[in-house]
Amino acid sequence: MLNQVVLLGRLGIELIRDYGKAGQLLFHVIFRLPNFRKGFPLVLQQIYAEGVLSLIIIIVSSLFIGMVVALQGYHTLAKFGASAELGPLVALSVVRELGPVVTGLLFAGRAGSAVTAEIGLMKATEQLSSMEMMAVNPVHRVISPRLWGGFISMPLLTIIFNMTAIYGAYLVGVKWLGLDAGVFWSNMQSSVDFHADLLNGIIKSVVFGFVVAWISVYQGYFAEPTSAGIASATTRTVVYSSLAILGLDFVLTAMMIGGW
Amino acid sequence: MLSQRTTETCVGLFLLAAIGALLVLAFKVSGLTSFFKTEGYNVTASFDDIGQLKVRAAVKISGVTIGEVSAIYLDPTSYKAVVIMHINSNMKDIPDDSSAAILTAGLLGDNYIEISPMYSATFLKNGSEIQDTHAAMILEKLIGQFLFKIGNGSDNHSNSANTSSTTPAKSVEKK
Repeated sequence: MLNQVVLLGRLGIELIRDYGKAGQLLFHVIFRLPNFRKGFPLVLQQIYAEGVLSLIIIIVSSLFIGMVVALQGYHTLAKFGASAELGPLVALSVVRELGPVVTGLLFAGRAGSAVTAEIGLMKATEQLSSMEMMAVNPVHRVISPRLWGGFISMPLLTIIFNMTAIYGAYLVGVKWLGLDAGVFWSNMQSSVDFHADLLNGIIKSVVFGFVVAWISVYQGYFAEPTSAGIASATTRTVVYSSLAILGLDFVLTAMMIGGW
Repeated sequence: MLSQRTTETCVGLFLLAAIGALLVLAFKVSGLTSFFKTEGYNVTASFDDIGQLKVRAAVKISGVTIGEVSAIYLDPTSYKAVVIMHINSNMKDIPDDSSAAILTAGLLGDNYIEISPMYSATFLKNGSEIQDTHAAMILEKLIGQFLFKIGNGSDNHSNSANTSSTTPAKSVEKK
């Protein structure tokens, strides 16, 4: 009985220690800024690796998501004779929910896992330690650019996702199912609001980008320096990021709908 | 490993694509036009009941949009709803005795303001008020009135069966 209580206490202390380590890492990345002139090219390289290289998967999946939502929505709306409302249906569901969430999940799988694996391998092959030997701070040189790169890339990817998904819906709704293009766009414009819908979606994506980048960097930096440790750290990145995205999405939506 | 220049070019293109997508979303999807305030003038009108009228609802003449509702507030002394309309500057010649009515687009559509022009030789200008207004038709109130009339009609029927009343409720009952 007592052993179980001890185990629970140890788990709790380890959990709190983990949060502390993650917070400390974040503090070093954000408040101990490296030299801007030296750090900027590194951040650019990470935006390339995490953002530009994720473009293909984002564009292809968003096109298909837009097309599927349009197809499903059209058949349901047609039952009520309201197929003219297809534009608002697709635009609102993509801009408010699907855009940030699906981009976040794809981003965690495509970029977050790669960041964790890279940093974990650097640690396992003692590249991070040798950097310290050369008086280069690995947090500035390796961790910081990756976190900023992910943080900057994620909202940009979400914006592109939103646009291509809506054009995918346009393709299905107007070109294939024969809705009127003017009705499609004008109904969409009259029911989508720039601040309440578009900007709130982008705020969500900023939060998700921050969380995914933070989790993947933390998991990589504190991974066990063995092959199995890197493998489990990469898995944890994807699992924790996905859970954090879905949970935070509910909290943010509740705050936004509550008139926050 | 790509050269730094290629990387920078790719990131620049990525940023441009994202900015372009944001512009498309802002203007084509959300119809954001309030960044560029259209030239025009403001006209007020006070209504007894504005129904579901919202800010940015359309202002129309004969079904053609000529402006939008820019603000709605309650007059604290007369308890009427005051609506400020922003009329585009290319519609300068609206007679000042015109009437404004709140109508509904379709059965369940949004409300908008329809201005019916009259024949005065002086025109509305910035700050002037439309005097002749018609409140929004509320479906619940209409149903309430209709039920009330049916109720009255059946009372008349039982009290004095031989009166030749011509209320519409009578004709409903004859069916």
